[in-house]
Amino acid sequence: MPIEADPEVCVGSGMCALTAPGLFDQSQDDGTVVVLRPVPADPELDDVRDAVRRCPSGALKLTD
Amino acid sequence: MNDMVCPITNGLPKVRERPLDPPAIFGQLRDEQPIAPMTFPDGARGWVITGFAHARAILSDSRFSSQGSLKHLAFASELATGLDIEKDLPPGQFEHMDPPEHTRFRKLLTGEFTLRRMKAMVPQIERIAAERVAAMRAKGRPADLVRDFSVPMSAQVICELLGVPADARGRFEELSFRALSLDMKAEESKAVLDAIVNLLVEVAMGKVAEPGDDLLTGLVTGGQLEPAELIGVTLLLLVAGHETSANMLSLGTYALLREPEQLAKLRADESLIDNAVEELLRYLTIVHIGVQRTPTEDVEIDGVTLRAGETALIHLPSVNRDPERFPDPDRLDITRGAIGHLTFSHGIHQCLGQQLARQELKVGFSTLLREFPDLRLAVDPDTIPMRDNMTIYGVHELPVAW
Repeated sequence: MPIEADPEVCVGSGMCALTAPGLFDQSQDDGTVVVLRPVPADPELDDVRDAVRRCPSGALKLTD
Repeated sequence: MNDMVCPITNGLPKVRERPLDPPAIFGQLRDEQPIAPMTFPDGARGWVITGFAHARAILSDSRFSSQGSLKHLAFASELATGLDIEKDLPPGQFEHMDPPEHTRFRKLLTGEFTLRRMKAMVPQIERIAAERVAAMRAKGRPADLVRDFSVPMSAQVICELLGVPADARGRFEELSFRALSLDMKAEESKAVLDAIVNLLVEVAMGKVAEPGDDLLTGLVTGGQLEPAELIGVTLLLLVAGHETSANMLSLGTYALLREPEQLAKLRADESLIDNAVEELLRYLTIVHIGVQRTPTEDVEIDGVTLRAGETALIHLPSVNRDPERFPDPDRLDITRGAIGHLTFSHGIHQCLGQQLARQELKVGFSTLLREFPDLRLAVDPDTIPMRDNMTIYGVHELPVAW
């Protein structure tokens, strides 16, 4: 289940990087989302779902 | 408006039965009508939102506008608890804008407030906190935690981040303390604001002459903002970054000192600090006037139709006490995972400085607890004057001993 992130929609709150630091970072230039690893391991899925839910702008998706 | 009674008239009620809990009426409302009709002090009819899910739905819905001209004073008051966003403040107050205007300002700043950058500031924040502790010790007990720790610490952090030079910091701190500490009449409030704006103009001109490695220099030399906008954005960052953190530091300490069991848990296990910060943010929700959004068309939420133009006031303190989201919500529990609370709001306006706030609160509380193993209130806890009348909730003063 790959992660999809839309930097155009992202508002740089940093919630994904805070929730799942191994999977998300923020661009040094404009603070928008950078996906470090698009395919999370199974044990990481809960964190990814939390990150998707906490994202304030709806920039993240976990696709089936 | 639907056939519903209107339990909240003339703005939000201010009387709290207990200083750290929102007025009880909001809890009753949430049980019965999480979207309830209200009237604002200016007579406008709108809605008060007390349900967590309802709040999140509205805050992430692009049919709701954040335009400042659509907002209303939340509390009835003769005092200047709110300045006129359009008339009194310089342009660039992007929390009161919609896309695409909002996007232009926000994107200019997000790179400056990333989690990574804020974590990199921790040693600097630790140095600032240590300086305040040293000053408290030198002055002797009792100290006023507000004036001797929280306000100067938070002022120093945001000034260093922005690049306000040392010689202007004392003036900023003094002005902001006046703006923070008193219930002021409109004229005085405006005078303080003018003085802060003049100071910022001076500081910005200084950056043209002598650029530094700081946020303000970036904005001045970036050429993407008009001069008046630049002053407006800087003012927003200063005020939003300062008043909130300062009040959270003092009110959070007050809450911990009132709850010895929670305080003991935190002292026993420092690794609880991240959780403790999130829980204090949730439990105290200092933006007690909430945030406002106005539907630009008729919108139905959970069976209630909000007509175009009827402003919804999302009452953040009670939203964060929704038992559906946080079990036993009126209990301060530093071991609960409170992250996901709406203290920083939700949607495209969610607090830009939240990662800075988290680092500042972590360092602030940890430093106080480590340096003062016997930190205690120097007066009866029930005599602490609360900021009922102010835009940001907190304590006016907090006498402490150690």
